[in-house]
Amino acid sequence: MTAAAEPLLSIRGLRVEFDVPGGRLPAVGGIDLDLGAGEVVAIVGESGSGKSALSMSLVGLNRGPRAHITGTAMLHGTDLIAASEEKLRSVRGKDVAVVFQDALAALNPTQKVGAQISEMLRTHQKLSRKAAWARSVELLREVGIANPEQRAKAYPHQLSGGMRQRVMIAIGLANEPGVLIADEPTTALDVTIQAQVLRLLKRLQTDHGTTIVLITHDLGVVAEVADRVAVMYAGRIVEQGSRDQVLFAPQHPYTKALLSSVPRIDGPAQDRLPAIAGSPLTGVTRPPGCAFAPRCAFTHEACLPAPPALLHRYGQPGQLDACVLGPDRNLVAVP
Amino acid sequence: MTTPLIEAEALRVEFANRVRAVRDVDLTVYEGETLGLVGESGCGKSTLGKAMLRLIEPSAGAVRYRGLTITGLRGTTLRSTRAELQMVFQDPFGSLNPRRKVADIIAEPLLRARGADKATARAKAAELLEFVGLGAEAGDRRPHEFSGGQRQRIGIARALAPGPRFIVADEPVSALDVSIQAQVINLLADLTRDRGLTMLFISHDLGVVRHVADRVAVMYLGRIIEIAPRDAFFAAPAHPYSEALLSSVPQLHPGPVRERIVLEGELPDPAAPPPGCAYHTRCRLAVDKCRTVEPPLAEIQPGRSVRCHLPLVPLEPAR
Repeated sequence: MTAAAEPLLSIRGLRVEFDVPGGRLPAVGGIDLDLGAGEVVAIVGESGSGKSALSMSLVGLNRGPRAHITGTAMLHGTDLIAASEEKLRSVRGKDVAVVFQDALAALNPTQKVGAQISEMLRTHQKLSRKAAWARSVELLREVGIANPEQRAKAYPHQLSGGMRQRVMIAIGLANEPGVLIADEPTTALDVTIQAQVLRLLKRLQTDHGTTIVLITHDLGVVAEVADRVAVMYAGRIVEQGSRDQVLFAPQHPYTKALLSSVPRIDGPAQDRLPAIAGSPLTGVTRPPGCAFAPRCAFTHEACLPAPPALLHRYGQPGQLDACVLGPDRNLVAVP
Repeated sequence: MTTPLIEAEALRVEFANRVRAVRDVDLTVYEGETLGLVGESGCGKSTLGKAMLRLIEPSAGAVRYRGLTITGLRGTTLRSTRAELQMVFQDPFGSLNPRRKVADIIAEPLLRARGADKATARAKAAELLEFVGLGAEAGDRRPHEFSGGQRQRIGIARALAPGPRFIVADEPVSALDVSIQAQVINLLADLTRDRGLTMLFISHDLGVVRHVADRVAVMYLGRIIEIAPRDAFFAAPAHPYSEALLSSVPQLHPGPVRERIVLEGELPDPAAPPPGCAYHTRCRLAVDKCRTVEPPLAEIQPGRSVRCHLPLVPLEPAR
């Protein structure tokens, strides 16, 4: 996204906290993020990084008595965080849709997949049953399902994992939403099927101008489809920039360590993979400073008092990171 | 690495629904090596691994461990042999008893299979917990107190307890985060090197396999379709399916995303595999012969075999 373009979706100061036994879990700890029209933004992180809590709060799917969600997420003049349930129902599926990792759990097992797509269509558009069914078949064809007339009559359990994921994407696309949130859409799939689904996501972006928020832990998938990348750690974005900046000229020690720990099928075969010591933070208590400091190879006393801000520091133009140490791992004065 | 440790001979596993998950597989794992077994879900790789340990009874064929045919063994001989053949599972949480202390979980196979006394078993459990990097004090805690990566270390310690020579590791790092995955991969590499263990490493992740395996075997619809030394395989796969599998792996390359061979369609129904070469329905190179005649698993180079009429790697010239 160029700096001049008006963002389609603008997230400011988003915090998501859950009451859990023993305290309040800070799942998302204050995030600012802009999404431009028609771009694919990958949100990368490990378990507990808050990437799914972030995306679920954009569609109001993690509201409840134990959830404390603050901040704003503006889409076409609507604040998705403050919007009423009723307002959200009119937005969800029409302006912003979600595709989940586990399609079998997300689909209704007692209903034909064509009927499930039709239902989504008829929620937001005035369509006859017949017209909705015809459009459902068309959508199944668009997501690359062979024999869509027959498949529309199938129940979810009669389809393979790859096909169910395509059905989920077809439901997501039914009303041509401007924003599609795809939460680990290929994690449960084999690589050959994953390649087909990624090709489909990329085609959505080019043919329909859909903005895609891709939530993933897989850096290879990011390299394949993302235009921009935000790396999350313990509820915060620690690095953000274009795909090439974040993946091939990373600034933050966490991004660098994560990239080097990926077992690759190219390059020299290493006898030992560079691993990151320790485990990601998952509990209710967080250190006051940089959350990665306990696992970082370069921790300095300046990392400890407060969480470093996400700023443009030593990266390329437009590249932001949240590390107070400079590229040579010395302390850097923040302007 | 030339002494066979465990061999499958025409091993077949058929389920009650007549799905032939493993179709007459011959496979030799040599002493001290790590053999990576790859393939998509439903190809039969996990079933083959379990059948080699007799955790699933094969319907036909035999498994030989150090020359002894273990298919058909019973009673004490089976128990003592089993102690030398262990398994590490994908989901360490599902395979650890939540109500027991970690030290007891690890000591149990020693008490049962090896008939060790309690004190010896306890001491051995503490030593193993140190070895897998958790520290002996972890033994007093229960599985739920540990993270996913730590639980997999417990699973590895338990598999090591009876002193195995052969381990089947079934997707041992698939449920772990990338940063933790690397720790466990390194631990498994230490195991095979320091303890001289032989391992069948089952994974759908080719990147992981490249970092742990000495040789790679690829399965498709219940059959081994290629087996090759690691570097030769990754440099130039010989089977068109291996080529497509490698080409599907998303890679970290700067600049434009490269062209790839995208496999159309899905895995055929394993209950009714296609005639001829089972892969011909998705193969970009298939000719008439592939649709009718199933190719044998033939050696095309020393130590390298492929089940294909038109292998991508040229035959070794006759000398």
